[in-house]
Order: sequence, then structure tokens, then C-alpha cells
Amino acid sequence: MNYYAIRAIYLHEMDRMRRTIGQSILSPVISTSLYFIVFGSVIGSMIPELNGVSYGSFIVPGLLMLTLLTQSISNSAFGIFFPKFTGSIYEVLAAPISSLEVIIGFVGASATKSLIVGIIILITASFFVELKIQYPILMLFLLILTCLTFSLFGFLIGLLSNNFEQLQVVPLIIITPLVFLGGSLYTIEMLPEFWQKVSYFNPVVYLINGMRWSFYGSSDINIFISIISLVIFLITCIVGVAIVISKGYGIKN
Amino acid sequence: MQNIVSIKNLTKIYDNDFQALRDISLDIKKNEIIALLGPNGAGKTTLISIICGIVIPTSGSVTVDEFDIIKDYRETRSQIGLVPQELSLEQFEYVFNNVSYTRGLYGKAPNPSLIKKILKDLSLWDKRNSRINELSGGMKRRVLIAKALSHEPSVLFLDEPSAGVDVELRQEMWETIKDLRKSGVTVILTTHYIEEAEAIADRVAVINKGELLVVDNTSDLVQSMGQKTLLIDLHDAIESLPLNLKNYNLTVLNDGLSLSYNYDSKSKQTGITSLLQDMKEAGLRLKDIKTEQSSLENIFVELVRENK
Ligand SMILES: Nc1ncnc2c1ncn2[C@@H]1O[C@H](COP(=O)(O)OP(=O)(O)O)[C@@H](O)[C@H]1O
Ligand SMILES: [Mg+2]
Repeated sequence: MNYYAIRAIYLHEMDRMRRTIGQSILSPVISTSLYFIVFGSVIGSMIPELNGVSYGSFIVPGLLMLTLLTQSISNSAFGIFFPKFTGSIYEVLAAPISSLEVIIGFVGASATKSLIVGIIILITASFFVELKIQYPILMLFLLILTCLTFSLFGFLIGLLSNNFEQLQVVPLIIITPLVFLGGSLYTIEMLPEFWQKVSYFNPVVYLINGMRWSFYGSSDINIFISIISLVIFLITCIVGVAIVISKGYGIKN
Repeated sequence: MQNIVSIKNLTKIYDNDFQALRDISLDIKKNEIIALLGPNGAGKTTLISIICGIVIPTSGSVTVDEFDIIKDYRETRSQIGLVPQELSLEQFEYVFNNVSYTRGLYGKAPNPSLIKKILKDLSLWDKRNSRINELSGGMKRRVLIAKALSHEPSVLFLDEPSAGVDVELRQEMWETIKDLRKSGVTVILTTHYIEEAEAIADRVAVINKGELLVVDNTSDLVQSMGQKTLLIDLHDAIESLPLNLKNYNLTVLNDGLSLSYNYDSKSKQTGITSLLQDMKEAGLRLKDIKTEQSSLENIFVELVRENK
């Protein structure tokens, strides 16, 4: 293992976060706060409790997931795309590093960033709503697993993207709708029967409900199914990245 | 002398079916400076990129210090430093950090005093805390060199090191390269400037259209391929060539005050002796004589023309 290389990539990526601290941390915090103000306090006060949880508290796990997913994907997609764009990727390719080490460096840094953002959002949420976490260890486990999985997914997107447009298309066109329709702001039961059935095909539903279960001990979906689906997605991403890299990263000729 | 890099039957066909390298075999000696000389599109960057692990070869093999570049990539790459042709740098990075980052990538423990020395040697120390986008083109190129040296490589590849570098800095760069060689580094540089190869390379490998045309010591190449010109200044101007000199390949220059004679330095009979004899017989008085070596440029043009 080339530990110094992993460390170098990791710190280099974390450094970028420090430089763009506003973009990296402030903007998710501000947008989440706005959600809490609008949905949690203003609209939420008119909505009855869901499964014994106030609406403001109910949306916390969903909003947390929303941020984790988009942050993880964009962090690592951008992280690997940027050196491709500037051409500085040449030194990563020419260095005595294995693909695995490159992935650990980039994905590790991206997951760390999202984890930091996630924790900041939880703290922010606690200022607006009453927050109680029934299974904190499970919550932390899901938090980390989600950050890693979607950072890996973002890495794949970054590898495959040839321009900024492609880089933004997947998060914008696919992830954001899936998250919004994934029950971050409502329970599946509130939907008409047809849309309930459709929702079960939305993988994000399983993630959000898993996270919600760790908070409140109840959700639309069995916690084990949630965890299993997350792990399946993680494995899919690992296989995807492995295939792309074995074909030369989508970078090497 | 021992070989450090050994290239055997290397070919590269890009995805678009373009063949960039054709059966290249070349041994690079330890501690030499070798120039890969060829016009744009010859395949120089492709060749370097394969050795450095950036481009995947189609067939053939390369070893660095007896290690295979694919099977033993960790051993080979950790010995190699690469200065790419393009100024491929992250614009918002700071010079010192970015050079240290490269050292890390190559698996070496941080060594700030070494980085300091490298930056000083390359006259970049004043700029250590500048962002890369604040530097001039020549400085950026030196940052790339600093990065390539940051992990103390024993083989250094410089892809068109003087592209976009002005004449003064080019001289400095050549000095830097010579110093590196003195410290034991093997230097492989590509260039399409003939003067550059002539000025610093021990050997020249001429590449055109993916083929290696010739490899030779720079001076031998010039000598063996060289046309020479004998320039003769006369005391008194002549109106036309005396009859007994008509059979020589002479050109009258300078309003009849000089004659130039082209000959092949390779051939046994240059004809100089008899020319001088005949001139004496014709009553011409010589004022001065000098010979001119044709430059690598002419040789190169000649080789490439034959290759068409
Ligand atoms: N990625 C690529 N795909 C297809 N053709 C390429 C690629 N890179 C280089 N080439 C072609 O290979 C040839 C050699 O290129 P290169 O090695 O860059 O030459 P040089 O460095 O001698 O100027 C050129 O004709 C170039 O167009
Ligand atoms: Mg080139």
C-alpha cells in the first residue's frame, strides 16, 4: 500500500474543501435551514403529527439524506473530474499508485466532507426542531455507509463525464427528483395507492426510511430491507468503478 | 555503459485506429541525455506517455531498471519523473504545496527541506506561496520540473521543455538539465528544436511518423551524415571561374572574392587537395580558408525527406 499517496490525495482534496468553504459547507447549511423554516416551522405547524412525531422533526432524516446524497455525489464527481479537466490527472496516472489507492483517497475525502456537512446539518436542525435519535449507532452507521456509497457513485460519474454538463446531469435530472419523491417530506402512506406502488421502485425511499427508522424507530419500510438495498447499491457502485477503471479509467488511451 | 530504459518492439494504435508508434526499439543508457527529435505528431509524447504509465501500449515491452513498466509499475514509476508538454496544473494551488503533493503521490515521506532546495535551484523559492495562476508561463514550466524532481527520480522525462520558454530561460534550463545529469539522473527529452538537441544531448533519436529513423551520438550523427562546406576567400576578385576549376562543384560568392565548395565528409576522396592544387596552378591567391559543418537541422530535414 502506498499510504503516502492515499494521504496526499486525501489531504489535497480536503484542502480544496477548505478553500471553498462557503460553497462546501455554508450553502448546504443555508438551504437546509430554509427547508426547516419553511416546511418545518411555517407549514409544519399546520400539519398533524406523523406516527407521533412532529412534522418538523419528521423531515429531518429526509433532508439529511437529501444533502448527503447530493453532496457525496458532487464532491467526488467534481474531485476526479477537475484534474481530468485541467490535465493534472497525468501525475495521478504516472504515480506508483494502484487504482484502489486512488479511489480510497478521492472517495474517502468526499465521504469525509459529506459526513462533516451531515453533522453540521444535524446540529443546525436541532436549533429548529426537537431532535431525538433512538438508535444513534445505527444512525451513524447509515450516515457513513450512505456517504461512502454515494461518493463512490459520484466518482463513477466523474470518471465517465467528459464535460461539465454531463457532470451535472445525473445529480440534477436523476438524484434530486428521486430524493424529493423518495419521501423526504412525507410518508408513502400519504400518497394515492398507485404512487405508493411506484415509490417502492425508488431506491431512495429505502435509504430515507432507513435513516428515519434510526431516528424514530418507525418508518414505511423494514429497516433490514433498507440496509440490504443500500449495501446492494454499494456493491453495484464498486463493480461499476472496477469495470471503468479496468478499461483505463475512461482516461487512459 | 549500462542501460536504464529498454524499449522493445513498441507499437501503439489509438482507439481511432491511428498508429502512432511503429515497432520502436531503443535502449537508453544510464546517466545520458538523449533527445527524441521529431516534428509535431511524430509520436514523441506517445512514446514517453507509455513509459510513464499514462498511455497503454498496443504491443511490445518497456523495462526501467530491469523492471517491467506494467507488471512492476510501482518500481518503475517511482524512479521516473515526468515533465509534461502541456502546462497541466491546478491553477488555484500554491506552489510549495503542489510540489509537496507530487512527492506524496510518489509514496515518499514529506521532506520540506528537499522541496525548498528544489525550488531554490529552479529560482522558484520567492514564489513558494504564490498561486499557480499568478505565475508566468516559464515559471509554470519550472513548477512542473520541480514537481517531477520532488520524489528524487533517477530517470527524468522532459516533454518539449523549451516550448514557450524564451531564449534566455532556455539557456538556463539547459544548464539545469546538465546539472541534473551531473547528479546522476538520466534525462530523456523531446524536442523539435534541433539546436536544443545539438546543445545538450549526448545522443539523438530521430523519430518521424511513429518510426525510429536513426539513433546516434549527436556529434557522430552530425559528422557521419554531414555535408561540409569549404569557404575560400581570395585576395583578388575573379570575373569567372578559371577553366581548370570548372569540374569542381564550386560557387562564386561575394562579387568574385569568395568560393564555396561542398563536399561529403564521409567519402574518402573529398577532392580538397586537388582543388587547392588546381587553384594554385590557376594563379589564385588564397586569403583565408574555413570549413562549415552542416547542422543537425539539415540532417534532420534530409532524413525526414527520405522517410516520406
Ligand atoms: N488520444 C489520441 N487518440 C488518437 N490519436 C492520438 C491521440 N494522441 C495522439 N494522437 C496522434 O498520435 C500522433 C502522435 O502524437 P504525439 O505522440 O503527441 O506526437 P508528438 O509528441 O511527437 O508531437 C499524432 O498524429 C496525434 O494526432
Ligand atoms: Mg508531443
